[in-house]
Amino acid sequence: MDYVIEMLNIRKEFPGIVANDNINIQLKKGEIHALLGENGAGKSTLMNVLFGLYQPEKGQIRVKGETVKITNPNIANDLGIGMVHQHFMLVEPFTVTQNIILGNEPKTKTGRINIKKAEQEIQELSDRYGLKVDPSAKIKDISVGMQQRVEILKTLYRGAEVLIFDEPTAVLTPQEITELMEIMRSLIKEGKSIILITHKLKEIMEVCDRCTVIRKGKGIGTVDVKNTNVNELASLMVGREVSFETEKKPAQPKDVVLSVKDLKVKDARKVDSVKELNLEVRAGEIVGIAGIDGNGQTELIEAITGLTKSQSGKIMLNNKDITNKTPRKVTESGVGHIPQDRHKYGLVLDYTVGENIVLQTYYQKPYSKNTILNHKEIYQKAEELIEQFDVRTPSAYTPARALSGGNQQKAIIAREVDRSPDLLIAAQPTRGLDVGAIEFIHKKLIEERDKGKAVLLISFELDEILDVSDRIAVMFDGKIVSSVKPEDTNEQELGLLMAGSQTTKAGDSK
Amino acid sequence: MTSNNKLFALIIPVISVFLGLLAGAIIMLLSGYNPIEGYSALWRGAFGDAFTIGETIRRTTPLILTGLAVAFAFRSGLFNIGAEGQVIVGWLAAVWVGLAIEAPMIIHLPLAVLAGALAGGLWGFVPGLLKAKLGVHEVIITIMMNYIALYISNEIIRSVLTDHATKTDQIASSASLASEWLQGLTYYSRIHYGFLIAIFAAVIMWFLIQRTTIGYELKAVGFNQHASKYSGMNVSKNIIISMVIAGGFAGLAGAMEGLGTYGNIHLMSGFTNLGFDGIAVALLGANNAFGVVLAALLFGVLKEGAGEMPTGAGVPTELVDIIIALIIFFVASSYIIRWALLRFKKEGK
Repeated sequence: MDYVIEMLNIRKEFPGIVANDNINIQLKKGEIHALLGENGAGKSTLMNVLFGLYQPEKGQIRVKGETVKITNPNIANDLGIGMVHQHFMLVEPFTVTQNIILGNEPKTKTGRINIKKAEQEIQELSDRYGLKVDPSAKIKDISVGMQQRVEILKTLYRGAEVLIFDEPTAVLTPQEITELMEIMRSLIKEGKSIILITHKLKEIMEVCDRCTVIRKGKGIGTVDVKNTNVNELASLMVGREVSFETEKKPAQPKDVVLSVKDLKVKDARKVDSVKELNLEVRAGEIVGIAGIDGNGQTELIEAITGLTKSQSGKIMLNNKDITNKTPRKVTESGVGHIPQDRHKYGLVLDYTVGENIVLQTYYQKPYSKNTILNHKEIYQKAEELIEQFDVRTPSAYTPARALSGGNQQKAIIAREVDRSPDLLIAAQPTRGLDVGAIEFIHKKLIEERDKGKAVLLISFELDEILDVSDRIAVMFDGKIVSSVKPEDTNEQELGLLMAGSQTTKAGDSK
Repeated sequence: MTSNNKLFALIIPVISVFLGLLAGAIIMLLSGYNPIEGYSALWRGAFGDAFTIGETIRRTTPLILTGLAVAFAFRSGLFNIGAEGQVIVGWLAAVWVGLAIEAPMIIHLPLAVLAGALAGGLWGFVPGLLKAKLGVHEVIITIMMNYIALYISNEIIRSVLTDHATKTDQIASSASLASEWLQGLTYYSRIHYGFLIAIFAAVIMWFLIQRTTIGYELKAVGFNQHASKYSGMNVSKNIIISMVIAGGFAGLAGAMEGLGTYGNIHLMSGFTNLGFDGIAVALLGANNAFGVVLAALLFGVLKEGAGEMPTGAGVPTELVDIIIALIIFFVASSYIIRWALLRFKKEGK
């Protein structure tokens, strides 16, 4: 059997930890090979070794049977290895073409950049793989999904035979994910080979041929995808049985905690984005807001939490008006908020874990008295929560920046849940996290519900909405267009409702 | 990891100072002077006898305060280029109170010092307010405020405090920081009690930043305004507070000159440079209160010692400015190196 890439017995150490310990991965020509592992398992390290960003302490890399030494990304490029990064490396004001040729510009005889020729080549590549990219569009004007395709084109333009996708679906909408799968299949058809780094099991089952699992830096093995199932992959990855069915008792909704009436909110560009929205969340229930990104969910949360002013309407919490109150007032009246963007809003990354734990309570006793901070109390609390919520961090004094995404999110959830708010708003709480962390977070949300708290969940992942919610409110174009029970609906119906289709109204009434 | 960072923060300025001095030595050699003689003259000029020690301390005092003014604002993400103007208005206000009021020392002196701090604070308040409410960049406003301070104070000296004289009368002794005892110890140098105020201000800054909710908020705003807003902090208020306190420190530096060193205020043909040196001091001191004190001392030593170099070793004083500039250059470039290293690391992750 021919392998295009073989990484044999790779070992990579960092001070204090072994990130990769004796890992093997062999990529056949023309296959999509998944690299599966939890956050921090060592997937990215392994790929960075292949891409020449890290040098392994031990092990061998072979490209088409020949042993090679990859000491920098340029060598990787020359060997036909291209990487589609999770965080795009694009210059926003530049066009697609300018971005793709950056650092590798075709010149005319007089030494000027031959944009025309480049544009033509890129157009051809785009057509060949069905990417539908406009070479003259500016990056800032195209969607995230399109930007990712530009990254793919960039590697193809440089002659990549092997493409590494680093968690490509983390930033995409469900539709874009489907399209990406198509693109991957057409790449394979044209003779390329793909390594897909992911922790999303469904995607592996759908598109991959084989799957290599690593756990805590160790290679667990490679399996044929057609001979396995989601449960087996999950337990290989986590090292124990994982339950996908979130276990929960039926909800027992009580009094209305949050009531939103005729709410209107403008977004940052002063365009109406929440339009006379009505919503109620009761104590003891989880209401899931389903919707495609950009239908006013963000503005709705910001209005409730006081981050944005609303134009009109009323927001009541426990029958008290909290419309247009400051974030502090809203927090103090009993709202917890797990924000959508944990780096931008949820954490001060340069602060320690302990300092982040008291981000909303630092001015209260016992964390401070007469404006003097009590570090002992702060770190005591932090250590208590780290223990209780299983936040993996060297210590409470470690900067939040140094934690993995899942552990950062756990720290935020620990902070928000510990304040015991009457209403907990969770916006995309599991975005980019692995199954272990997702399971944990879902359990916590349900625990809060069972304690009689109201939970408002906003997610673009239909699985999550269907799994966790007791009631689903579908949001489209700034309004709640439908309210359904998860047991009475399915992904297809939700998908149609989210796209603004009215036809399901009939089906709703059965 | 944090202890590693702290060590890093300490080593960089030390290496930079060493490299700066080394480069200065090479320049002296190349231009035909003996660097050993040059540096020993510098040392004598700064620490040679009680008088020079007194003068070195006197020079260090306002630099500590302007260093704090820049460092404090920087901790909340603001670049205070306006320390210069804040020094001038602080100087003017302190001298004005020193001249205009008659009161016993226990009231008069604190009042005059406070006037300096308040005036500096006001000069910080304006850019703070504009930044917080209108988003105007503080660098532009503070630079303009420097010129406003310079020309307004000259005009007030000429037309209000004196009748077209080039300097005011000496302040009342009840408002003076000068100390006969200290002067006696140092062969009548111009050393005054101000250095105690400067040290105290550094302790205040350390305490505010590290130990209080005010500092917690200011730093949070400096690191991440979005998260600060999310957590319920008033970002605008914090920006204004930061600039007012920073301005207050610089205003105190002016008061030190007015109430301590000179006892008056004179017409200025240009900037005092105390505020601009404060930027360098803050950078060298890694925006840390304790670091600022050490960096200010280094600057005080270099600037005071430079006076001895032409007479003691025939080295022109300009060379000392070059050495100082080189030290800053090395500090700045080591930050660049560190930044590049960290960036590289991050991308490699």
